[in-house]
Amino acid sequence: MKKVYGSASEALDGLLQDGMLIAAGGFGLCGIPELLIDALVASGVKDLTVASNNAGVDDFGLGKLLATRQIKKMISSYVGENAEFMRQYLSGELELEFNPQGTLAERMRAGGAGIPGFYTKTGVGTVIAEGKDHRDFNGETYIMEEGIFADLSIIKAWKADDTGNLIFRKTARNFNPPAAMCGKVCVAEVEEIVPRGSIDPDLIHLPGIYVHRIIQGPHEKRIEQRTVRQKESA
Amino acid sequence: MPSSIKGWDRNQMAARAAQELEDGMYVNLGIGIPTLVANYVGDKDITLQSENGMLGMGPFPFEGEEDADLINAGKQTITELNRTSYFDSATSFGMIRGGKIAAAILGAMEVSERGDLANWMIPGKLVKGMGGAMDLVAGVGRVIVVMDHTNKHGESKVLRDCTLPLTGKGVVDRIITNLGVLDVTVNGLSLVECADGVTRQDIIGATEALIV
Repeated sequence: MKKVYGSASEALDGLLQDGMLIAAGGFGLCGIPELLIDALVASGVKDLTVASNNAGVDDFGLGKLLATRQIKKMISSYVGENAEFMRQYLSGELELEFNPQGTLAERMRAGGAGIPGFYTKTGVGTVIAEGKDHRDFNGETYIMEEGIFADLSIIKAWKADDTGNLIFRKTARNFNPPAAMCGKVCVAEVEEIVPRGSIDPDLIHLPGIYVHRIIQGPHEKRIEQRTVRQKESA
Repeated sequence: MPSSIKGWDRNQMAARAAQELEDGMYVNLGIGIPTLVANYVGDKDITLQSENGMLGMGPFPFEGEEDADLINAGKQTITELNRTSYFDSATSFGMIRGGKIAAAILGAMEVSERGDLANWMIPGKLVKGMGGAMDLVAGVGRVIVVMDHTNKHGESKVLRDCTLPLTGKGVVDRIITNLGVLDVTVNGLSLVECADGVTRQDIIGATEALIV
């Protein structure tokens, strides 16, 4: 089965539907599927619910899909870097479900692993716990959180082979593997596609079983906060 | 008069917090003063976790060596060390929730005498989200709060009850402020240490919560 596609829009062809739930990888602007997000903008698909740790910045990443009003609801842990997001949220145009970061990651992992719900201590005694099932285990209280089962996953990796085996690079791995796992279909964009057999099987981070379509592309890989130190003179 | 009491500055608070860390610990540091703690660990063997998926966080890169694929949880460019490992977010919070991280040092808006922590939202103000703070306080071995004892209006941030939405209930173990060190015990807050030039009476006077 051919997994390699020529462009992001070709790779999304036939997968998009208004109102669908999309899981996206990335942390801040690090490891985000920037090419697939651009292709979603171009497709005009709308009323999307997007599960993603963050919402990009105004002119990059998911911020672009917010600017075009294609997103109806975000499921995120932190959205502080995006002024347009805040404007839409405060005016009631955009729904927002805050999830603690680890709960969001586990909801994706669980969804991908066929687990519809799990119990966690995170958020007990806070607004996050309101209306959720509480249960005690070994004398401690936990709340139930539900797995995320997405219609589509969009992720970014460093390298792929043509069977979809993926390798990520440094902290750009972040939400990409759990986001990939929880979708019915996963489209991955990578910096380089190599022939099968050229990646050591022991070094593969995400097996190709989770990855259905792959594209290679030049990535901008924007840095959100450039922090440096001075070379010591001593 | 409490407002004239200075006690420790930011760096002295960070240095005091660094004393909480023991050789071999895996630790998560929050944003602000907690980040400065890394400057004071001395020759203790401490491994810093960054919850976006890294153990063994190194310092900021030299100019020109920044890598878009290598950031900390504050989204700042950083570097790796020879002990570094990378992993995905589910694994990262697995080690947090699973109690493998020995301690988290975090900032706070309010802490209650029962160890309730509020540090993620102010109703009516811009809500940015809790990020990983709720997971950290629920999961790590020990939660140490480092913050100013009072807010900019001179009001106590150590309270009988938090007024802001909670990040976690009964999660704080130790509070380090510019005035001193307090422990959350089953009986209430216990004064462990006063900052230089600060007395027990100064701290009691600056604290809304009861100190037992």
